[in-house]
Amino acid sequence: MLDATLGGSTPITVDSIQSSYTAQVKRRRLYGGLTLLIFVLLMVSGFNVADDRNAGGFWDGLHQIGDYPADVLSEAWEKRAELPGLVAKYFPALVETINIAAVSTLIGALGGLFLSLLGTRGLAKWPRLIPLFRRISDIMRAVPEIVIALMLIFVMGGGPVPAMIAIAIHTAGALGKMFSEVAENADLKPVEGLASTGATWSQRMLLGVLPQVAPNYVSYSLLRFEVNIRASAILGFVGAGGLGYELRNAMAWGPGRFDEAAAIFILLFGTIVFFDQISSHYRNRLTEGQGQ
Amino acid sequence: MLHIEKLTKRFGDKIAVDAANISVGQPTMIGIIGRSGAGKSTLLRMLNRLSDASEGTIQFEGEDITSLRGAAMRDWQSRCAMIFQQFNLVPRMDVVSNVLHGTLNKRSTLATMFNLFPQSDIHKAIEILDRLGIAEQAPKRAEALSGGQQQRVAIARALMQDPKIILADEPIASLDPMNAQVVMQSLRTIHEEDGRMVIANLHTLDTARRYCDRVIGMRDGRIVFDGTPEQLTTGVARDIYGAGADFSEAATSTEIETLDRQKVIA
Repeated sequence: MLDATLGGSTPITVDSIQSSYTAQVKRRRLYGGLTLLIFVLLMVSGFNVADDRNAGGFWDGLHQIGDYPADVLSEAWEKRAELPGLVAKYFPALVETINIAAVSTLIGALGGLFLSLLGTRGLAKWPRLIPLFRRISDIMRAVPEIVIALMLIFVMGGGPVPAMIAIAIHTAGALGKMFSEVAENADLKPVEGLASTGATWSQRMLLGVLPQVAPNYVSYSLLRFEVNIRASAILGFVGAGGLGYELRNAMAWGPGRFDEAAAIFILLFGTIVFFDQISSHYRNRLTEGQGQ
Repeated sequence: MLHIEKLTKRFGDKIAVDAANISVGQPTMIGIIGRSGAGKSTLLRMLNRLSDASEGTIQFEGEDITSLRGAAMRDWQSRCAMIFQQFNLVPRMDVVSNVLHGTLNKRSTLATMFNLFPQSDIHKAIEILDRLGIAEQAPKRAEALSGGQQQRVAIARALMQDPKIILADEPIASLDPMNAQVVMQSLRTIHEEDGRMVIANLHTLDTARRYCDRVIGMRDGRIVFDGTPEQLTTGVARDIYGAGADFSEAATSTEIETLDRQKVIA
């Protein structure tokens, strides 16, 4: 049984197969070696360029990398008695940060849901507008939260609302992409079944698609919530309120207030670990429970 | 040679294999039969150490297999090759690479990453493929092959391990009758020519009768029959499959299902 592409009237011997395969392996190894070489060259040259343009110099600064954390830690250790009080003082700011993350995740997930359903082939209400909705979600995802937040703060002034809107826009774009990938794999037979009964588009989506994709959607949303807690803390740095704002103040004041910085770090770290654990627990339950 | 004592596997409160005792003195071709869920696959997976036993011991040539850990366990796995129903090849890699995976236990990860298999191994892999009649497929991707050819690649990978035992978990269940015969004949040839022990889970009674020296019947995790193919009478087969009096001689599992369905209708 000879294959047509190899096929000749002459029978192929084991020897010829061995030599041709060996040649193939040698060629592949050569390509692999060249790829590795190019990679190493790019890494080295790229590093040198970056190091040249750096104001301080990588190697000169490397040994100082531990100085700042050491200062913060030593000062925090000296004033360790005040830490519980500081943690309590900054707790309201933490609640604000989590609030921003939760609201923006909810709004963003809703937006992502509509973007994904309208942008998925086979499900979209207006199939011709699929590229439009896809590009909308691309744009929402492409602009970093911090840029939108800075713009909104410029217009509306500082506070949690601009941060919330900025994160929600980014979340809608990011989740829209992930959601539509899940929706593409959804089974269309239930949708067709519902269409045959005269159901509207929203009824078909609600009853035919959502039950199939809900576990994945919730799982992605929980993951996004974790990411958004970090994002909302960062946005505090540009004046959007919450824990990040306090952290910037504490760090900008320099020595003398490092104990406050340490307290905020503890809060931030504890929160992220806490929500990480909770959401990974529920995500596991959702994905494992799917089969049952 | 191989002694299995009181081997038990529990999944929660469900017992998949219940105190199995098997003793094999010399390389034999053994067929394990029983309906789906009887614990055949679990038994083979415990032998290969793909899953751990809950209780009991496996001894091979005086060595306790169940207590092996880490590198010693992987060394055992390299001496105890396994063939799967769905072939379990890497679909996007070529046939020879898939066969060379049989030597992974002897190679470092770094050498594997850069595809640095010795020339002698490559030649040996192609010779094994030639022995199984698929040498022409050597440079193709595994996914481009038919089911029967893929299963022979899996057998070649097993042979590349140079194992003492070859375990075959339903090797022909996803093949058409023609390819099934080729694959079973290859396993039989390997057993006869190389003197390797072959243990195969089989769905069909006639295959077990035709190719095996010894047949073990399992039902609900217990070994209910252990003897020669001649001792495997229709009555015994009925017991193993839990089928009624209308159970036919050359019955396969699919046929039993149809029989069951007819009973429900009636």
